[in-house]
Amino acid sequence: MGIEVRNVSKAFGSFQAVQNVSLKIPTGQLMALLGPSGSGKTTLLRLIAGMERADQGQIFFHGEDYTNRRVQERKVGFVFQHYALFQHMNIFENIAFGLKVRPRKKRPSKQEIYERVTELLRLVQLEGLAKRYPAQLSGGQRQRVALARALAVEPKVLLLDEPFGALDAKVRQDLRRWLRQLHEKLQITTVFVTHDQEEALEMADQVVIMNRGRIEQVGTPEEVYRSPANAFVYTFLGRVNLFHGRIHQGKIKLGEHELDVPGISHADEVPAVGYVRPHEIGISREQSEKTSISAIVRHINPVGPIVRLNLKRTDTGELFEVEVSDERYRELDIQVDDTLYVNLKSMKIFLENSKTEAVAEESDLGEAADSGPVWDEQVAE
Amino acid sequence: MAKRLAKKSIIPGFGLTMGYTLVYLSLIVLIPLSLIFYKTASLSWKEYWDVVTDPRVIASYRLTFGASFVASVINAVFGTLIAWVLVRYDFIGKRLVDGIVDLPFALPTAVAGIALTSVYSDNGWIGKFLAPLGIKVAFTPLGVIVALTFIGFPFVVRTIQPVLQDLDHQLEEAAFSLGASRLQTFVRVLFPPLLPALLTGFALAFARALGEYGSVIFISGNMPMVTEVTPLLIVTKLEQYDYAGATAIASVVLIASFILLFIINCLQWVSGRRYFIG
Amino acid sequence: MPKPVQPAALVRFLLIFAALIFLFLFLIVPLFAVFSEALKKGILVYIESVEDADALSAIRLTLLVAAISVSLNTIFGIATAWAITKFEFRGKNLLITLIDLPFAVSPVISGLIFVLLFGAQGILGPWLEAHDIKIIFAVPGMVLATVFVTFPFVVRELIPVMLAQGKQEEETALSLGAGGLQTFLRVTLPNIKWGLLYGVILCNARAMGEFGAVSVVSGHIRGMTNTIPLHVEILYNEYNFVAAFAVASILAVLAIITLIIKSLSEWKTKRLLEAAEEEQ
Repeated sequence: MGIEVRNVSKAFGSFQAVQNVSLKIPTGQLMALLGPSGSGKTTLLRLIAGMERADQGQIFFHGEDYTNRRVQERKVGFVFQHYALFQHMNIFENIAFGLKVRPRKKRPSKQEIYERVTELLRLVQLEGLAKRYPAQLSGGQRQRVALARALAVEPKVLLLDEPFGALDAKVRQDLRRWLRQLHEKLQITTVFVTHDQEEALEMADQVVIMNRGRIEQVGTPEEVYRSPANAFVYTFLGRVNLFHGRIHQGKIKLGEHELDVPGISHADEVPAVGYVRPHEIGISREQSEKTSISAIVRHINPVGPIVRLNLKRTDTGELFEVEVSDERYRELDIQVDDTLYVNLKSMKIFLENSKTEAVAEESDLGEAADSGPVWDEQVAE
Repeated sequence: MAKRLAKKSIIPGFGLTMGYTLVYLSLIVLIPLSLIFYKTASLSWKEYWDVVTDPRVIASYRLTFGASFVASVINAVFGTLIAWVLVRYDFIGKRLVDGIVDLPFALPTAVAGIALTSVYSDNGWIGKFLAPLGIKVAFTPLGVIVALTFIGFPFVVRTIQPVLQDLDHQLEEAAFSLGASRLQTFVRVLFPPLLPALLTGFALAFARALGEYGSVIFISGNMPMVTEVTPLLIVTKLEQYDYAGATAIASVVLIASFILLFIINCLQWVSGRRYFIG
Repeated sequence: MPKPVQPAALVRFLLIFAALIFLFLFLIVPLFAVFSEALKKGILVYIESVEDADALSAIRLTLLVAAISVSLNTIFGIATAWAITKFEFRGKNLLITLIDLPFAVSPVISGLIFVLLFGAQGILGPWLEAHDIKIIFAVPGMVLATVFVTFPFVVRELIPVMLAQGKQEEETALSLGAGGLQTFLRVTLPNIKWGLLYGVILCNARAMGEFGAVSVVSGHIRGMTNTIPLHVEILYNEYNFVAAFAVASILAVLAIITLIIKSLSEWKTKRLLEAAEEEQ
């Protein structure tokens, strides 16, 4: 048992940052706290680190109650979004800091410190930069120094606040892969905060999705992407089209169009929203049983290997987005103002105004989508 | 000329404003100030040396520099403390305290002088508590230190405050998370970046104290050899129409001030920022 | 949104307490002493002291000297801050250092230099005497000394404000066809008005309260070349303490008003800057 957060709440003035959150983080896991800004994810991380005091609830490290332990005693390695490197110390001194401030009895000898820092510099691939100052490094290099500095004290837990938030896209990609590998090598329980769903899904063993101070869902990347617990999670994880309609005798009416919804029998004559990911919509030139919704192409937006089509339904005028492969796009030779027929391969329905209690029944409307593990094909906003 | 000095800019008015600045600066500041050295040059080296090393003048240097130094040290310590409290803590009346820090800049020195004298004389509000302890403030060198502490007080606070504000509080948290104690964090993480600002504030307060006249002459008692500050000696010489003597002593004070100004500029260059203090 | 760790309450309490004690003893107590001493013999004596003919003439002269020097330094301040913040040129740092010079010069020396220039034994002394122009021991000398002493105040307040504002807004205005003066009046001035106000008010406080420099050039002629601070000194040296503190209290009130406007202008400037940042 690694870390357990039990019924923790934290408010800043009248703002409830974290509300009655419980979470278990198993030893050795790489866990992502994912959510929009203001969702309480950073506050939760800081509560675990001991940089904030919980108003209510308890925090356990390896079964021991750490709720009232000071940050100095918790032995966490914390990496800040903007690194918080000590500008007046060189890289060596930065990394050695945590060792040098130990009480004399526990402090390693100069030689040991030197060896440890050198080893860490090698680990983060910054050998030879020991004498440089933080201001002389690139963003990615600073991030790695911050990581080495946190690792120097041999923490039981590594906590990272938006670790790649301040870096540009290319460096971010490289560092993600590198950090994932590093985690596999060191096996330290790691929690990182991010607002980038792609980053969370790509890196973490477990993803915790937060919203308004509460946890919406915890699960593996595949679980949260494939079976979102509610409408928020669905919308937050990737692009989605919303089709507004009504439940009517076990079917959902979307304009002229009706679809079977198995297992929705307990609700009738209520407004509902169908959620469909853009890649879960098939298109064709001819109308058929399955492809009864017609739409007009408004915009065509090629993004690398896929092409995004902006369509407008001819019956209701609703706009929606479809992603097709470049190949399919060429095959159909699609032009703006063409009329296409679409089929909704998979749709998730949530009743309106009662999102949390909504029956979340999968209505498999077509053959199972031909998509494999889809999450890494998603392109982040 | 102006066109060559300034890089291309679409904003107009460089020639006009720059020309005006240079003329005004020269007329009001540079030319009159250079007269000190021009006038000093009218003395022979021996005459000059005799004036500036007269025992009474030497005693005044000792008092002026000594009291200015002590006052600036006091201000460095308490200025840092007050800047820290203002930046890092929230308490009732904080904005009022922040405003009151500048009182010595706004209160005329003569008013400060008579007020401090009345408060610190033997039967004054504070003096009457110190007198039984055998501590005399007014009309002693201690009084000079009190007055110089008063007038130089805001400098350290106002130079440190913005630097402290810019210091990311995450630096402290980072140090804490690495196991550093509060004292270690202050000494090793926060103090080094503050040092240039602290020294700048110290030097500004010191420079101000060296030339101070208005507040000191009331509280010091002006006893020759004991509580007579150098600026007062300049005035005394002037009142005796000894212009050359006054100018000679003034040149010593002025050179000391310029050295300080040079140090301040170097410090600002080191810390990469300029401090604006009014 | 997340706040820094608050240190142990005791440390925090002790630090705040120590800071407040220091401020109280060194700043607040003397300020209150001014009013307490002034009102020692009641309000009537206070009013009498302030309404004394010599006191009134000192107030008039102070207002005159301050009005002239503040206007001169305000014009200079705006022009110089414009040149320094809107353009890049070599020697800028030297220029700023030279502008700061009067801060580093003892007030006594500030007076002395004008005596050396215009005094009876001064360089221009004989010529002035021949043409019957009095500068030293007269109002023009006092104005000059005050201008010198308060020289940097307005510029120093304006430069940081104008630097923080950048020059994008001016460039936009010019690109939309505004003239130089129009741009200044309609774009720059509204952005810097609070900083300018504070600079002016601080310059004014110093101008009205300047003692050392004015003392050297004034000649202390009662009812003629006495400003308020000089009048305070005369009364004090005559052991007329109540009257001295009464006149001094006028300057103390001025100081308090200055501090209030300062706080206000800082607050307003901060808000303007935040608004500007949000737009970007």
